[in-house]
Amino acid sequence: MSADTKSILIKPIFSNNPIGLQILGVCSALAVTTSLKVALVMCVALTVVTAFSNFFISCVRNYMPNSIRIIVQMTIIASLVIAVDLILQAFAYAISKQLSVFVGLIITNCIVMGRAEAFAMKNPPVVSFLDGIGNGLGYSVVLIIVGTVRELFGSGSLLGIQILPLISNGGWYQPNGLMLLAPSAFFIIGFLIWALRSVRTEQVEKDEFRIAAHTVAEASH
Amino acid sequence: MEHYLSLFVRAVFVENMALQMFLGMCTFLAVSKKVETAVGLGIAVVVVQAITVPFNNLIFQYLLKDGALAWAGQPDLDLSFLGFLVYIGVIAAIVQVLEMVLDKYMPALYNALGVFLPLITVNCAILGASLFMVERQYTFSESVVYGTGAGVGWALAIAAMAAIREKLKYSDVPHGLRGLGITFVTTGLMSLGFMSFSGLSL
Repeated sequence: MSADTKSILIKPIFSNNPIGLQILGVCSALAVTTSLKVALVMCVALTVVTAFSNFFISCVRNYMPNSIRIIVQMTIIASLVIAVDLILQAFAYAISKQLSVFVGLIITNCIVMGRAEAFAMKNPPVVSFLDGIGNGLGYSVVLIIVGTVRELFGSGSLLGIQILPLISNGGWYQPNGLMLLAPSAFFIIGFLIWALRSVRTEQVEKDEFRIAAHTVAEASH
Repeated sequence: MEHYLSLFVRAVFVENMALQMFLGMCTFLAVSKKVETAVGLGIAVVVVQAITVPFNNLIFQYLLKDGALAWAGQPDLDLSFLGFLVYIGVIAAIVQVLEMVLDKYMPALYNALGVFLPLITVNCAILGASLFMVERQYTFSESVVYGTGAGVGWALAIAAMAAIREKLKYSDVPHGLRGLGITFVTTGLMSLGFMSFSGLSL
């Protein structure tokens, strides 16, 4: 593998993370993370859709008129999502019920559209495919971290296997119910971004306002 | 009547699109810097939701549902697998038509909403509401109420968020938490507030 392909694959995971930096695809990252298993399935689904949509869009990029490109992209993405949804319903019905509408919402997931617009429209198919996988992995890393924290502290288990013995079963761990509720997802992602930006300080956003140093009040006041 | 009122209240507060279902987050985070723009986008979302959800409901009932094509002599046809493709197409088309109608007959409103209308097509709150409508098998009148309620709830959330962020920009936030980070934490706190509605039923 050449250095170039490697950087396309690796870069979106930490230095240009789709959720942490590009603010793409946040919705589903929050909703499907109450259990790690569901989060993993969602990661696979999204990575597959992003990679293939990038590939196909890149294949037809030279043949579609610019004015209708959004519709063409939407159609390609929606068809892929339909395929993924049907496969999930056939082979993992319970999980597809748990994901409910969020599989369908991959269509409007900004990562897919964003990468199609920003990368696949300008690059050859194979490279675009790798870019799709890279961004899917970047998304997966965040999802897996959030999913792990929420399931471990919310119900004391990982992938359904009990790790921390619960008080109700004679153990010592009192599950933190907040972790299974909506707000915790926001907090965890917020703090994750904080941690990421403390390590990579170049990602810190500029302040809109600087608070001026305190000076002695002027006479007019 | 009571049933519809209860559905409306649930869509606005208990199942708030942005804060409890996490839908439309991308736009929610990106366009909530100023109250004025946030309110404009909020109104646009309410309008589009109130039209697209009932419209998709009709399409689902009379074209896609299992056996829905009986009127066309095809009682065995089940087109529900085409759902995603059709709903997103309908949403894109309605947004486009709405844009043209507003441009022609209500230029003032068009100018106010202008930039936000095309953005709405890819707002997952819109597609999400249509998908929830199908999953929960709402009737036509229920879908009108649900669509409007979902839109109002989202608009409420983004307006409140923008108001908080306008004050927040003067505060001294730790370096790494600035911008996106603190916005997420604030949204979490708002979501915590909205959870107090969770037992509410009329």
